[in-house]
Amino acid sequence: MSGEESQWLTVLIAVLGGAIRVGTPFLFVSLGECLTEKSGRINLGLEGNLIMGAMAGYGVAWITGSAWLGVLAAGATGVVLGFVHALLCQQPRVNDIAVGIALMILGTGLAFFIGKPLIQPTAPHLPALHLGAWSDNPALRAALEINALFIVGVLLAPAMAWFFKSSRWGLAIRTVGESDDAARAMGLNVNGVRMLATMAGGFLAGVGGAFLSLYYPGGWSEGLSSGQGLMAVALVIFARWDPMRCLYASLLFGGAGALGPSLQAVGVTSGYYLFNAAPYVLTLILMIAASSTKVRSGMPGSLAAR
Amino acid sequence: MKNTKLDMQQDYAIDQSRRGTLKGLAGLGLGALAGGLGIGNAVAASKVTMGFLYVGPRDDYGYNQAHFEGKSAIAKQSWIKAVDQENVPETIAVQKAMESMINLDGAQVIFPTSFGYFDPHILKIAPKYPDVMFLHCGGLYDANKHPKNVGSYFGYIDEAVYISGIVAGHTSKTGKLGYIAAIPIPQVLRNINNFTMAARSVNPKITVQVVFTGGWSNPVKEAESANSLIDQGVDVLTCHVDSPKVVVETAEKRGVFSCGYHADQSKLAPKGFLTGAEWNWSKIYLDYATMIAKKQKIPNLIRGGFKEGLVKSSPYGKVVSAKAKAHADKVRAQFMKGDFVVYQGPIKDNTGREVIPKGKSYGQTDYWLETMDWLVEGVVGKTKG
Amino acid sequence: MTFAPFLIPLTALLLSLALFGVFVSLAGADALAVYHSIYRGAFGTWFSWQNTLVSAAPLMLTALCTALPARLGLIVIGGEGAVVLGGLAAALTGLALIDTNAWLALSGMALAAMLAGGLLIGLVGWLRHSRNVNETISSLLFNYISIAILSFLVIGLLRDPETLNKPSTHHIGESHMLGALGETSIHWGFAYGVIACVILWLLYKRTTFGFAVDMIGGNLRAARLSGLPVGRNIFLVCLMGGAAAGLAGMVEVAAVHGRANTSLNAGYGYEGILIAFAARHHPLAIIPMAILFGGIRAASGLMQRDHDLPDATGLVLQGMIFILLLASEAVFARLALNKGSKA
Repeated sequence: MSGEESQWLTVLIAVLGGAIRVGTPFLFVSLGECLTEKSGRINLGLEGNLIMGAMAGYGVAWITGSAWLGVLAAGATGVVLGFVHALLCQQPRVNDIAVGIALMILGTGLAFFIGKPLIQPTAPHLPALHLGAWSDNPALRAALEINALFIVGVLLAPAMAWFFKSSRWGLAIRTVGESDDAARAMGLNVNGVRMLATMAGGFLAGVGGAFLSLYYPGGWSEGLSSGQGLMAVALVIFARWDPMRCLYASLLFGGAGALGPSLQAVGVTSGYYLFNAAPYVLTLILMIAASSTKVRSGMPGSLAAR
Repeated sequence: MKNTKLDMQQDYAIDQSRRGTLKGLAGLGLGALAGGLGIGNAVAASKVTMGFLYVGPRDDYGYNQAHFEGKSAIAKQSWIKAVDQENVPETIAVQKAMESMINLDGAQVIFPTSFGYFDPHILKIAPKYPDVMFLHCGGLYDANKHPKNVGSYFGYIDEAVYISGIVAGHTSKTGKLGYIAAIPIPQVLRNINNFTMAARSVNPKITVQVVFTGGWSNPVKEAESANSLIDQGVDVLTCHVDSPKVVVETAEKRGVFSCGYHADQSKLAPKGFLTGAEWNWSKIYLDYATMIAKKQKIPNLIRGGFKEGLVKSSPYGKVVSAKAKAHADKVRAQFMKGDFVVYQGPIKDNTGREVIPKGKSYGQTDYWLETMDWLVEGVVGKTKG
Repeated sequence: MTFAPFLIPLTALLLSLALFGVFVSLAGADALAVYHSIYRGAFGTWFSWQNTLVSAAPLMLTALCTALPARLGLIVIGGEGAVVLGGLAAALTGLALIDTNAWLALSGMALAAMLAGGLLIGLVGWLRHSRNVNETISSLLFNYISIAILSFLVIGLLRDPETLNKPSTHHIGESHMLGALGETSIHWGFAYGVIACVILWLLYKRTTFGFAVDMIGGNLRAARLSGLPVGRNIFLVCLMGGAAAGLAGMVEVAAVHGRANTSLNAGYGYEGILIAFAARHHPLAIIPMAILFGGIRAASGLMQRDHDLPDATGLVLQGMIFILLLASEAVFARLALNKGSKA
């Protein structure tokens, strides 16, 4: 293998590794958002859940010495924020996007405030599985060093797809998401279902935050999230409310994020700002291409009705 | 709110606590400077009020923390009142924050520590407050253009980066070093060049791979850059971003060596940390406070490296060989004497162009070095985005 | 119910201040002293007032970027991108007109900025109408893309080599800078903001265009049936919103920096969203809301310095105000509903 070929191979491996490492938080937040949106509500505040989750997860892991307790704590803060979101949204004349933005600001502010003393300490990290141990290529070994949370996320996507399609609860969520009236006619508690879906979605987003602080890039700092929570909301639309497509979209997004740095590392140094913008441009193009004047398939009816 | 501005006009009479002040100064290695000159302003009422502004969080393990540590060190002095504000963006917000420190806290001297605070922000506010000194970290002062109550200070941290480069050159086995930098501005390029030339002075075959992340603080991108570089066979990483924490920790996790920057990151990487380039701001902040207390004229431009005590190296890590230490210590001693010239021709850039001809050399203080827009031979990377 | 427009924000404000007081007390600060610092930093003296008004200036303009499309039922969060592109367009125009007189240069800059910001958000509206692309998400993506374009250009093509360590475009010329209002330190941006809010209020209140917009926002199908040019109106409203935010970018360049650089990306766009919702998308209500939030911005430094609270304290207060504003609006709506059902 010539030197140049091996360089391109490492770019490929870096993009693969990046898809997994960078994509995991996107995966959790987008699955959480998918669940919430299926019930007919948009929660734009998941960025706040992500940041609060990252901070709380890191703090609890540092205090208790257990990274997994940190993950649980991150999920729990997400549940609390999800509860507030759902509670406010079920009031008359309250806009769910406004509540989302408010919770994003509050969550970010609280996380930065409470997280001040957590910037310096080093908390235990989540363990990784060495799936690349068979390879003698160190780059591939590193790319296949996979965090257990990623595997949970990968399993969660088909599970959620099955849940929506075949379970009674999934049907209830979809019905609520399609139409309030139909759901009421079936005897469903519309607000109750939405509340649970938003809280569960918040849990997942919080766990996504814990991945950031407890695994990759690791550590708590105020610049930790660069809008992953917001972008995950875009990914759900891009994935047309399908959990499996959320998985693919998150991987694609993670890989696109890794492309810029890895190209520079092999000496392709032009236009890195444009490479950095690649994920956003890509999403926009795909959104435009996938859309039409008709309501998109998979879109919950009560979202489309607005 | 005490009116410290009025207090300032009182005479700084000698009082009992003078001895305590002197002791404190000596503890910081400044006894000689303060000794015998009678700093008599240690009356609580006539404190020197100093205001600090940071562009990021004050505990970022990096640039802003280095300034915050400097501020904290001097705030212990009983005759200094130090106020600070973090996360001040380089917008009109910094103008307002400076004015607020002057008007509401009675600050007599302001330290806006981010490069982008100077033009237009300091230049706009300084003429309005001729009694207040505005001392900017960055070394941009020009006596012909700028108001008298403005000054600059900066450290030649590239000297300490050169020391890191020597240690990196001795330690690397693959001959590939990695540099993760924010954006290609002269300060950054000069550090990269120093690091590269130092490493190549050990082994001329060494190359330095550069990745620009495009921003001063983006942990995910920094981690991704570190991983990509390590995948390419890089075995020593260093960086020039606001917070080196992620880079140093990622290097440790992947089992490669790292050199720190801005502040001491040695405890983040107990196995692979080599050394690092650090600021030593407490010295200069105390010098300034002392000058103000003694009503001395404050020089408009203070610059310096190892010799002046403005920069230092982090302690060597466990893995640093005796040979590397000896080499690095020797060069540092030459910097201390002021007779080490980094930019001595012939020097080619990485496109093969001769930038400094044979026989020509540029000393540390030469302004030309501060306009650097090229990367030296051995660096893989481009200066244009 | 006639008092509701005042009662709702007032109740929310008092409640959130109380909650905030509890919060800072838990963090170990003296709540009363913190209130005093906020007052002193935001409204206590003429100096503080000037700080507050200067901080409010860009926020009024970016709030319009969300408030105007909201009347159509669209939620646009692209103010940040419009500020950035507006600032960039203003700087380029300012450089092209550097040899002309100040009046011409400033008018050109304002127009270019409004056009750039307006077209960006207009595109968002057009994509929504013709391709059904979610406007919230597309405007968010345009924020990131606009910032990347700005960074790319100021570090490369448009860079003034003299701006050594802070890459920026060339300077538009000291004599072409936007000055202050009279003897104050408040720049003209504040006046622009107030004027824009008043004009747009009049437009909504007094013209058939405003009526058509409210009709589209109220019932899209009915508006279509009555023959209103829905697509054109959506585009125009988004264009105006984007133009307002673009103008904020021009003010940043012309009154503060003199150049375009990455400091244009200062979060004004995001804070504008908050203000628009707090003002319930009413152009006139934006003025006091922007002043309130500008005051929190102005006072946040003092909270740090007097009480050693972190910088995020201001963000926490903003978040609390916003949440409680939404909550109290809901409570009032519920009361009104109950009253309605009883009657």
